[in-house]
Amino acid sequence: MSAVRMLGVLACVALAGWAATIIVRDPTLHPSIVPMLVWFAGALLLHDLVLFPLYAAADRVLALLPATRVPLVNHVRIPLLGAGLTLLLYLPGIIRQGEPVVLGASGLGQEPFLARWLWLVLAMTAVSALVWVVRVTRRSAAGG
Amino acid sequence: MVTEQLTQARAALASAGMRIRWRSPIRGPWLTSVFGLVLLCALPVVIVTGLLDWVAYGSGAIPADVGALHLPRFDWPTRPAWLFRLTQGLHVGLGIVLVPVVLAKLWSVIPKLFTKPDRNLLKLAERGTLVLLVGGILFEIVTGLLNIQYDYVFGFSFYAAHYAGAWVFIAGFVLHVALKLPTMVRSLRSRSLRTELRTPLAATVPEPPDEGGLVAPDPDPPTMSRRGALALVGGGVALLAGLTVGQTLDGPLRGTALLLPRGRTAPGDFPVNRTFVASGISPDAVGAGWSLDLGAVRLTRDELAALPQHTADLPIACVEGWSTQQTWSGVRLRDLAALAGVPEPAGATVRSVEEGPFARAPLTAGQVLDPDSLLALRVNGSDLTPDHGYPARVIVPALPGVHCTKWVAAIGFSR
Repeated sequence: MSAVRMLGVLACVALAGWAATIIVRDPTLHPSIVPMLVWFAGALLLHDLVLFPLYAAADRVLALLPATRVPLVNHVRIPLLGAGLTLLLYLPGIIRQGEPVVLGASGLGQEPFLARWLWLVLAMTAVSALVWVVRVTRRSAAGG
Repeated sequence: MVTEQLTQARAALASAGMRIRWRSPIRGPWLTSVFGLVLLCALPVVIVTGLLDWVAYGSGAIPADVGALHLPRFDWPTRPAWLFRLTQGLHVGLGIVLVPVVLAKLWSVIPKLFTKPDRNLLKLAERGTLVLLVGGILFEIVTGLLNIQYDYVFGFSFYAAHYAGAWVFIAGFVLHVALKLPTMVRSLRSRSLRTELRTPLAATVPEPPDEGGLVAPDPDPPTMSRRGALALVGGGVALLAGLTVGQTLDGPLRGTALLLPRGRTAPGDFPVNRTFVASGISPDAVGAGWSLDLGAVRLTRDELAALPQHTADLPIACVEGWSTQQTWSGVRLRDLAALAGVPEPAGATVRSVEEGPFARAPLTAGQVLDPDSLLALRVNGSDLTPDHGYPARVIVPALPGVHCTKWVAAIGFSR
């Protein structure tokens, strides 16, 4: 069994190494090898050692929210996650990075994206707050 | 001396590792397996549609030389006309909406990152391949997201990097599935999804301790039920789907892709993948003196307009996942082939007035001979605008948008 598993590991590493030859066999890509490795490792390290600790720490802060009959925690957590997720995915447009290329490709710039993202965050926050108020009202109506 | 320091460092690290108190009471093999099952079903679709994209580019695919690391080559069909719109829309769309699932899956297994390395060589090696799995998927997500937003901050060839990265990820993914499938099935059977969906926060308790060490031995009280966590991740997927699908739709719904460059179009227009200004073409080169070079003959725009015209509703679908359907009219490519004296061509090469990596596009025989394959002169009843390829552009059913060459200078039909 462990021989089969070891073979599996070797096959996996061999395939990944083979994939790397796609880059290596094209001399024009050689200057890109180091940047590609940096981005590969960077994506991994940034997720594991920056993004995760950051959102875990932010989540710890939510424990400091005042205790209410309907807990606030998820009503803060969810719009915060929505804001974080959309910021992460659409960062280039929001911070207007790469605008000349966007302009050349589409004829349009990136100027509306920051405001749109802020409105989206505001909308998620407002909906979450509204749901909290409704839950509080219903609970006080039910519980007196 | 060095070994001693290493041992001390390792011991410090191990004890530091043990000092992390994992707080989530819902982390556990069942929850991880639910995320895993979703990814197991969806990621193969992303992988296959991505590899199909390479096939769709035909002999013009980038990277050109990938050895044997590609799907079997076949002539990309012209029917259904929405084929590339579908495959590439799925590749980009699913790739985006799966991001919350990938992040949730990584969150669910992150305690393992901080466990002491195993002394067993096999387990250590298996753990090492996780670098390929996790690094691979994150690299693909990051490069893909940057590419569809035209942010080339990474400075290397997107095509080569995303293609090679995909195979690195595939290597890690296949091994991971092979190793973990039994665990996933066992864990999914350990709890009933139906029961979980009925379990409110007040009744949420941790999963029983697992050998993988995902279940926290000393968790905080729950602030979210398991169904709440699934709804949260599902909500993230729905949010991103709502912000993405618009880039494949025409009409007012396109604007729902609020944060993507392809959610926007100039009023009354449809998207382009390169503007006339960005092409760097001198207006003289496509002015009154322009003519189409067919090898044996040259045709002016008036001569082209005097030939039998054909109209077809065809999509333009881009590698960045956006697409749009418009009504094109022009001369059938097969008529041009006959005029050039090659009525049954083996293929064709279209050359643009523009210089650059996509200034030449290969077409297969099937793509030339399809009755809807056009050298379009007009779109939606008006002459092409400079941005849409005036004086003439190619439009072929199901062909990747970037190969539907604009500002055509010459078409060479091969025998």
